[in-house]
Amino acid sequence: MLSRLLSHDLPRSRVLAVLLIALVLCLAFAPFLFPGVKALSVAAKVLVFIVLVASFDLLLGYTGIVSFAHTMFFGIGAYGIAISATRLGAGWSSVLVGLGAALAVSLVLSLAIGLFSLRVRAIFFAMITLAVASAFQTLASQLSDFTGGEDGLTFKLPELISPSFEFAEEPFLGVSLDGRLLCYYLLFVTAVVLVLALLRIVNSPFGRVLQAIRENEFRAEAIGYRVVVYRTTASVLSALFATLAGAMLAIWLRYNGPDTSLSFEIMIDVLLIVVIGGMGTVYGAVVGAVLFVVAQSYLQDLLRIGSEAASGAPWLAALLSPDRWLLWLGVLFVLSVYYFPTGIVGRLRARALR
Amino acid sequence: MSANLLELAGVHTHIGAYHILHGVDLAVPKAQLTMLLGRNGAGKTTTLRTIMGLWHASEGRVRFGDKDITALHTPQIAELGIAYVPENMGIFSDLTVKENMLLAARAAKNAEQMDDKRLAWIFKLFPAVEKFWNHPAGKLSGGQKQMLAVARAIVEPRELLIIDEPSKGLAPAIINNMIDAFSELKRSGVTILLVEQNINFAQRLGDTVAVMDNGRVVHSGTMAAFSADEQLQQSLLGLAL
Amino acid sequence: MKLEFDWKPMALVPVLALIALPLTGSVSTWLTLTVAGLAMGMIIFIIASGLTLVFGLMDVLNFGHGVFIALGAFVASSVLGSMGDWTGSQELWRNLVAVFPAMLVAMAVAGAVGLAFERFIVRPVYGQHLKQILITMGGMIIGEELIKVIWGPGQLPLPLPEALRGSLLVGDAAISKYRILAVAVGIFVFALLAWTLGRTKIGLLIRAGVQDREMVESLGYRIGRLFVGVFVVGSALAGLGGVMWGLFQQNLIPQMGAQVNVLIFIVIIIGGLGSTTGALIGALLVGLMTNYTGFLLPTATQFASIALMVAVLLWRPQGVYPVASSR
Repeated sequence: MLSRLLSHDLPRSRVLAVLLIALVLCLAFAPFLFPGVKALSVAAKVLVFIVLVASFDLLLGYTGIVSFAHTMFFGIGAYGIAISATRLGAGWSSVLVGLGAALAVSLVLSLAIGLFSLRVRAIFFAMITLAVASAFQTLASQLSDFTGGEDGLTFKLPELISPSFEFAEEPFLGVSLDGRLLCYYLLFVTAVVLVLALLRIVNSPFGRVLQAIRENEFRAEAIGYRVVVYRTTASVLSALFATLAGAMLAIWLRYNGPDTSLSFEIMIDVLLIVVIGGMGTVYGAVVGAVLFVVAQSYLQDLLRIGSEAASGAPWLAALLSPDRWLLWLGVLFVLSVYYFPTGIVGRLRARALR
Repeated sequence: MSANLLELAGVHTHIGAYHILHGVDLAVPKAQLTMLLGRNGAGKTTTLRTIMGLWHASEGRVRFGDKDITALHTPQIAELGIAYVPENMGIFSDLTVKENMLLAARAAKNAEQMDDKRLAWIFKLFPAVEKFWNHPAGKLSGGQKQMLAVARAIVEPRELLIIDEPSKGLAPAIINNMIDAFSELKRSGVTILLVEQNINFAQRLGDTVAVMDNGRVVHSGTMAAFSADEQLQQSLLGLAL
Repeated sequence: MKLEFDWKPMALVPVLALIALPLTGSVSTWLTLTVAGLAMGMIIFIIASGLTLVFGLMDVLNFGHGVFIALGAFVASSVLGSMGDWTGSQELWRNLVAVFPAMLVAMAVAGAVGLAFERFIVRPVYGQHLKQILITMGGMIIGEELIKVIWGPGQLPLPLPEALRGSLLVGDAAISKYRILAVAVGIFVFALLAWTLGRTKIGLLIRAGVQDREMVESLGYRIGRLFVGVFVVGSALAGLGGVMWGLFQQNLIPQMGAQVNVLIFIVIIIGGLGSTTGALIGALLVGLMTNYTGFLLPTATQFASIALMVAVLLWRPQGVYPVASSR
């Protein structure tokens, strides 16, 4: 039964299976296992990124398309919720309207981009998506009447998932039972459902054709698959899932701005996670996201300690400064692409085969 | 050393997962024209590319003169004195005919430094090259491009010419020009390895013949003997010369 | 047989300028904007020329080209910063004595880093496009962060030397002196590139290599070495472009590489990967477009360039001067 739930895409490595079970349990019981506001925020961020990266993996790992416009759809999802909650007030209907509108916009845009991509070479396409995403970010900060500009939008959500809502007087196992908790579990359930859905998609006949196209587009077309249709569908699906991830983010933060969801740094983060975790394996997104977000949140503290310890040598201190987190990540990224091209999941599975 | 300028011994070539050459043994005698015949897909082009180092032999040896060139890189192999005319001719269409020729003349830094006498000889063999000297090579017709490709290969003296299907798609009149040109080259002492499917070409020019099938050389000998043996021709090529 | 020259793309530049004339209202405004656009275009061209050759010649996607831009600009700011008495002077020749060495040092540093970049980041992933994209992006991130380590993470002002400030009056139009210098430098670089590509054997090798690398090797040339050279020159040119861009903005931020990167990509897509003339046309078009829309519709400038690119691609999907590659 578990196998059917995972669409028969099993971890295929004992280490990986154990790791995944542990991660899922940690995330499921995060509010109880890791008390404190920061820990819960980290966990929520992990959930959002899992969905975001997994949707990117569908495009990059399974279909072989490089697109830098992914954060644009992430942003559309987040802004959809934000704008709708700001204008229509806090309520479930505004959430649904925002979500629906965001999905519709993403559908249209991804369709346009997907169809356009077929007219130009892959390299052109990658560069064009970079340009489009950059322009979109600028647009979001400039249309301040609509999007709140640089400052972004802060908004309220339905009472049920607001922190002020308490549905039990006494804390349970040390955790206060409030809307925040419910919000977290809403995200958790959503993430689980979406990941399982992605597993279903990539393991379906559709997913297999995508992989065939990735390997040899010419041959896939020759066998009779209309590459146009498959690639466009993959682009659209990937965009829609990213939009949902954006909605998740906005619901958690109750805030959204250009840097929160559209920044290029997020695109880099997604690329890093997908490479380090393992491309073309949905599990790579899970493992990678956890590793990355946790590291990003806590390793900066480690860097701070290192920087202070090296205060005697100013150059070293500057290199180890926690603000230079991205430098070390970049180094790790470059090394991963060389030595770790199949990512953690790929490596674990290869070892299991021996 | 031996009378062979070029020798392949037990050469295997893999392209990705595909095993194309299964132990090729080939001898190209000096100052003669060797025809490499065979059906489509026999491995003729792969053999030429392996000699030139564009693909590397996974097993076996390629010897040129007294040098082992199996592991050398393409530019080094070319520098040793081998000129290659690929199946697609390798013409730089955006460059003029003059520029194409200048590129092939390694010793010349600019057009003035090219050997005038040699150019005059080439112009006689291939008048089109002189006629369209300053025109973009892409504007030439198929036959003219082919002549340019061969002209490029001989703009400086080379010991060995390796040519892949020069007569493909050419009109019979032009093919005759080509045959005359190659005859003259032969007379000037150049060693030539020619892949061809045109029977007339093969018969009129070849001194030695090697026939390939399924990635191996299945017959080698003189052209005279091969021409005389119709049964052999039928079994190897499926037709008579 | 006639010699044909594909003049249509070149006509796009004056056509765009003429379309803008009635829209801008006054001739003097149009003149100022046009010069500004051409100057910006020239600077972008200087940066883009290296990248398009690198891609055309070796099929290498360097998404990290921006790092050389930023590096050049920051290095120049240090050099100019230390030559205060020269830049503060009112005499033009004194200013130029400060600016030109700054440019040369910036180019040298960018070129040197380019050499290392090619050796350690690009060469190991030769032939694998996806990895190239990822790794060169990684290289840019590392570069950007290192710039922050050396020069600090914030903005750095880069004021124009005294005599280069201000404008010349042509009729009613105020044309910035610096922009004239930028156009001059741009034309010089283009002329130098055109001469090298068209009249020297190395240029011939590059043009041939862009079309058919294998054949050039079969003719006996070690094209790998040529590539390193082109990469280094491309990086140096990006450094020069960075200096000029920085002086244009009079302000530097470590992210400037990433920002200009996007514009460069648009330009070489419009121009056709591997074509220098195409890059020039693309750069001029983008420069003009950005300035005209900046005046008419400020929020739409980035989208305007993208719209331009889409329009060009619908006309010619490979760019205006696609290089006839046999790949």
